[in-house]
Amino acid sequence: MTETRIDRRFAALKKEGRAGLVTFVTAGDPDQATSQAILDGLPAAGADIIELGMPFSDPMADGPAIQASSLRALHAGQRMTKTLAMVRAFREKDQDTPIVLMGYYNPIYVYGNERFLADAVAAGVDGLIVVDVPPEADDELCLPALQAGLNFIRLATPTTDDKRLPAVLNNTSGFLYYVSITGITGAAAPQVMDVSAQVERIRRSTKLPIAVGFGVRSPEQAKALAASADAVVVGSALVTEIAKSLDEQGRATSATAPSVLSLVKSLASALRAR
Amino acid sequence: MATPTDKSSEPKLNSLRNGPDERGHFGLYGGRFVAETLMPLILDLEKAYNDAKADPAFHAELTNLNTFYSGRPSPLYYAERLTAHFREQAKAAGKSGGAKVYFKRDELNHTGSHKINNCLGQILLAKRMGKTRIIAETGAGQHGVAVATVCARFGLPCEIYMGATDVKRQSPNVARMYMLGAKVNPVTSGAGTLKDAMNEALRDWVTNVRDTYYIIGTAAGPHPYPQLVRDFQSIIGKEVREQMMAAEGRLPDTLVACIGGGSNAIGLFHPFLDDKGVKIFGVEAGGHGVDVPNGHAASMNGGAPGVLHGNRTYLLQDDDGQILEGHSISAGLDYPGVGPEHSWLKDTGRVTYVPATDKEALEAFQLCARQEGIIPALEPAHALAWVMKLAPTLPQDDLLVMNMCGRGDKDVFAVAGYLGIAI
Repeated sequence: MTETRIDRRFAALKKEGRAGLVTFVTAGDPDQATSQAILDGLPAAGADIIELGMPFSDPMADGPAIQASSLRALHAGQRMTKTLAMVRAFREKDQDTPIVLMGYYNPIYVYGNERFLADAVAAGVDGLIVVDVPPEADDELCLPALQAGLNFIRLATPTTDDKRLPAVLNNTSGFLYYVSITGITGAAAPQVMDVSAQVERIRRSTKLPIAVGFGVRSPEQAKALAASADAVVVGSALVTEIAKSLDEQGRATSATAPSVLSLVKSLASALRAR
Repeated sequence: MATPTDKSSEPKLNSLRNGPDERGHFGLYGGRFVAETLMPLILDLEKAYNDAKADPAFHAELTNLNTFYSGRPSPLYYAERLTAHFREQAKAAGKSGGAKVYFKRDELNHTGSHKINNCLGQILLAKRMGKTRIIAETGAGQHGVAVATVCARFGLPCEIYMGATDVKRQSPNVARMYMLGAKVNPVTSGAGTLKDAMNEALRDWVTNVRDTYYIIGTAAGPHPYPQLVRDFQSIIGKEVREQMMAAEGRLPDTLVACIGGGSNAIGLFHPFLDDKGVKIFGVEAGGHGVDVPNGHAASMNGGAPGVLHGNRTYLLQDDDGQILEGHSISAGLDYPGVGPEHSWLKDTGRVTYVPATDKEALEAFQLCARQEGIIPALEPAHALAWVMKLAPTLPQDDLLVMNMCGRGDKDVFAVAGYLGIAI
């Protein structure tokens, strides 16, 4: 596979000698224009890699914050075509920051796998995380995605033991996403010691960069996890900032984009601090 | 088991009964579409189930519980007055038809529905796997009651997820679950119905995967659930084969069952799939009518293939792949998906799937109560609604079996409300 934006970004981070910040927001939350403003502002705020959620009505692996975020986007009329259009608009201004689309399989399947992969590549997407397509179904989406030149990023979890790990690593590219807790997004805070031990265990089996996420809320937590990980993922905390900034009717305010980007800034500077 | 004259009850090569394949597929449908956290457990469950299937002690314990705890076999009952009623209707239309209608009385099981068949099997699996906590989703509450029952019987703590809307419309079952010692968690996300309860149960499972066993209530979800739930429910069809041989000396001609997720239906249908002479009908919840957008829960008659809750199957969804809530008067049928084996049986044409509306189900509910002295649950009332249309058109020697999969005690207040009866 040829080098992707994700590969280049992790190589650059290694050179800088620091862990990267991976940010998650849902496309279209709370509306498309505000969401585009947030997306476009993320690189300057310090996001190294952007995960953009494809909203789904039934996000089974997500906690209340991301569920609500997904529903806000859908209520505002977000659709797959609009999510891809957001990436296209972003790429006109930024050629370097990797974008990973993250979500569930059904909206992709209904869009049509082949059409989706072609349109995602054309829009400037670099990788996919599809929560409910395990290695057992690699021929469905993972292998065609790799063939299309996209990274397919898999989640490893505390239940991924040494017996299971090779299956998870096989065909994973770009980076490995280590889910730091057994649970849904935004739940209990991860135990830094446990996570470090798990990351070290996984490192013995792969040269892929490892990003750690689920439950990371504060700059202090991010900094602590960065000691063992190549990148730290923050999602629920960001969409919670969006929720807090809305007016009584649930609409974006002038504070929405700035408050999300300012949290990103503080997370990024924690990871950059020596 | 099978009588000497009934030699076709074991699957053969080229059988319609060999599914799923080793990856859990029924043709295009089924599979294992779950988050990575759950995958190791799903694979463990598959292994535990295969071990149990090969273990005579497992079958002996299950048979013992079915017999002495649940009260199986359930009777195959000749519905004489309904049969006469349908024949009169045919006669009035100048025809000579009117099938001979039998009910498979699974509403007489302990807990009042077919759900106990599956729960007894799965609680034994949970025990084999050393799990110490049970969770489940429920729609009408029949499955929740059955889960709470087996958890009480085996001394395991249990939490039931139930949509907040369903908690209201099925309050008698909520009370039963509490009395059996279960914790009922009302789910307010979405429309607060079965789909949302299943999402929340999956979230619990992902969080507590190490000690928790999830008793899925229908023949859906990730492999191996559709297979193992079907196998536990197939006792319905196996008994019907024997009972009809004993009663009439031959197999039935027509089978009818209601479909939400489709566990009672696949349990009745599966042992007959290779008997080409047997016509099979599954009845979906037509709600306000399958032409009313988002006004029904007929995923096969008014949906499209997609991936949800661990399997690929027909789903109620919009053209962006977002799942629709659906609607049915029956909380047990109010689900946007269906078991994957049904999707496959639809595409192969072996089973005919038809909708029955809320209104038709209410009429069937009343007819059954007055003609047979049996108050059906709203779920099998949908099956009966189709029998009301079909039976008068069939010849008098057509042996029709409808699965009376649940009793209507839980529905009497809701139905009284719909009919405007002040209690």
